Amino acid sequence: MRKTYKLYIGGAFPRSESGRSYAVTDSRGRFLANAAQGSRKDARDAVVAARKAFGGWSGTTAYNRGQVLYRVAEVLEGRRDQFVAEVAAAEGLAPRAAGATVDAAIDRWVWYAGWTDKLTQVLGNANPVAGPYFNLSVPEPTGVVAVLAPQASSLLGLVSVVAPVLAGGSTCVVVASSARPLPAVTLGEVLATSDVPGGVINILTGAVAEIAPWLASHADVNGIDLCGTDLADAVDLERAAAGNVKRVLRPPASESDWSADPGLTRLTAWLETKTVWHPMGV
Amino acid sequence: MTTAALPDVARDDATLRAFLHGLPGVDKVGAEARAATLATRSIKTTSKRWAIDMAISMIDLTTLEGADTAGKVRNLCAKARRPDPADASTPQVAAVCVYGDMVQTAVAALTGTGIQVAAVATAFPSGRASLAVKLADTKDAVAAGADEIDMVIDRGAFLSGRYLQVYDEIVAVKQACGPAHLKVILETGELATYDNVRRAAWLAMLAGGDFIKTSTGKINPAATAPVLLVMLEAVRDFRSTTGRVIGVKPAGGIRTSKDAIKQLVLVNETVGDEWLTPRLFRIGASTLLNDLLQQRQKLTTGHYSGPDYVTLD
Repeated sequence: MRKTYKLYIGGAFPRSESGRSYAVTDSRGRFLANAAQGSRKDARDAVVAARKAFGGWSGTTAYNRGQVLYRVAEVLEGRRDQFVAEVAAAEGLAPRAAGATVDAAIDRWVWYAGWTDKLTQVLGNANPVAGPYFNLSVPEPTGVVAVLAPQASSLLGLVSVVAPVLAGGSTCVVVASSARPLPAVTLGEVLATSDVPGGVINILTGAVAEIAPWLASHADVNGIDLCGTDLADAVDLERAAAGNVKRVLRPPASESDWSADPGLTRLTAWLETKTVWHPMGV
Repeated sequence: MTTAALPDVARDDATLRAFLHGLPGVDKVGAEARAATLATRSIKTTSKRWAIDMAISMIDLTTLEGADTAGKVRNLCAKARRPDPADASTPQVAAVCVYGDMVQTAVAALTGTGIQVAAVATAFPSGRASLAVKLADTKDAVAAGADEIDMVIDRGAFLSGRYLQVYDEIVAVKQACGPAHLKVILETGELATYDNVRRAAWLAMLAGGDFIKTSTGKINPAATAPVLLVMLEAVRDFRSTTGRVIGVKPAGGIRTSKDAIKQLVLVNETVGDEWLTPRLFRIGASTLLNDLLQQRQKLTTGHYSGPDYVTLD
C-alpha cells in the first residue's frame, strides 16, 4: 500500500497545514512513500506545542525522565524489523549493516536515558566560596530547542541529536532529513506509543531550507542545532538566531561518525548552569 | 419601551410570548454551515494588519476572577492604555471590564484615556438575586463611575417562558443605568437552542439594551460562530424593523487572532462594515490580546514572536 506519512506535532499526527506532500525514494531512486512537506506554519505550531510541554517535561524528576526514555528504547526495539527495513532502503545499506545501525540507535537512546539522573552529579558542583554560604551550580534545561537532523544518517544520527535534548529536560522541534525522512516519522509513531508526553518532541518533514530560517529567527525558540545544514547555509541561520541570542550548535565540517562515542558535548549544549547562594548554618 | 414599528408587543406576557414565538425559526444546519463557510476566508498581509488593529481596538479587556485585586486591575488598565509597550503604534483597547467593586480603581487608572470602564452587575454571572439587589448592584457600579454595565438576564425565567419578567428586569436595569450603556448578556451556552438565542436577542433589544452580549465567559460553550451569526442577524432585522442600531459583543472562548478575525468577517458579511467600530462591536477577552500582539509583532518584525514578549496577566 502506498503510504503517506504525516507530521508529529503535540502528540498528534497532522497533515501539513499547507496540504503538501512529496515523494520519498530509496537510495536508488525508487518510490518508497509520500511524506508531508511541512511549512513555516507547521514549524510555528510545533514550537507552540514544545513550549506548552516544556513546563511538565522539565519539571519531572530526572529519574522519571530516564524511565520514560528507557521505555522509548524498549518500544523502538520492538519495532526493530520495520526500522531495519526503512534504514536499509533510505541509506542503501545491506540488511546486516542496517541492523547494526538500528541496534546502535537503540543503544544510543538507552545511553542518553541513563544520563538523565547523573547530569547534576557530573556537571553540577558545590563551589568553594569565601563566605558563610553554600554555593551550588546545577544544570538546568535550556528550553525549546530546534534541531536540524543529520541528512545522511536517518535514524542513528537523528537519535544522536534529539535524545540529548530530551535527556536534559528541554523540549524539541526536529526537522528530519529531507531525503530520508521515513525512519524519523516511524520514530514519531514509537514516541506516540511510549510514555513521552505530547509536544516534548515534534517531528517535521520537508525542505530544511524552507523551514530552518523560521525556526532560527523564532523568538520563542531557545536553541538551535544546525547539524543538518552545511556550513555555508549555517551562517545566515546563525545570524537569524542571534536575534534572541539563541544557543547555536554549529554543523560539523564533515558528516560525523555517528557510531563513535558521542561524549557529553550534545548534552551540555542544551543545559544552562544555574548557581545559587544559600546561607550556611543559622 | 416600545417602538413605532412594534407597537406594544410587551404590553402583557401573552403578547410578548406570541411575538417572540412568532419570530422565524433558525435553520440550525444552515446557520452552522454559513458560519463555517465564512470562517474559511483567509485574511493576509495588510488586511490582516488592519484586522488585528481593529480587533485590538474593539477589545473589552476583562478580568472577572474571585482573586482580583486592585493591583491586578491597575495592571490591566496599564495594559489597556499601552497594550504593547515596545510599539507605540499599537491601538488602545475599547474598555476594561471588571466587577463592580473594582470600578473606582479602574476609573482612577483610566481617566483621560478615552478607555471606557465596564462593570458586570445584576448578580453576575448567575443572575440569581432579587430585582432589588440587582438594581442596587447596578446603581452602585454607575455611581462608582462605570461607563458601561454588563447585565445578565434571568435564564431561569427565560427558559420557563416568563418573558415579561425578563423584559421588565432589563427595563428596570436600563433605568438604573442612567447615562451608562447597557450590555445584556444572554448566556447563550445555557439557552440550548438557536431559536432561544434569537428570542433572547430580540427580547433584550426590545427592552432597551444598547448591546447584546453572548456570554459571561463562565460557561462553555460561549461565543461560537453560529451563535454570533444568529445574534448579528437579529440586530440586522431589528434595525430594519425599528431603525434602532444595537451593538454586539461576543465574549468567552475567543483566544486566538484567527478566532477574532473570523468574527470580524462574520460582522462584515452579516450586518456590514458600519458595525466594524468599537462603538457597535466589542470582543470580551483577556488572553486574546496577547495573541493579537504576538501576531502584530510577527507582521512588524518578520519573525515569529513568543509569550516572553508580551505581559503576563
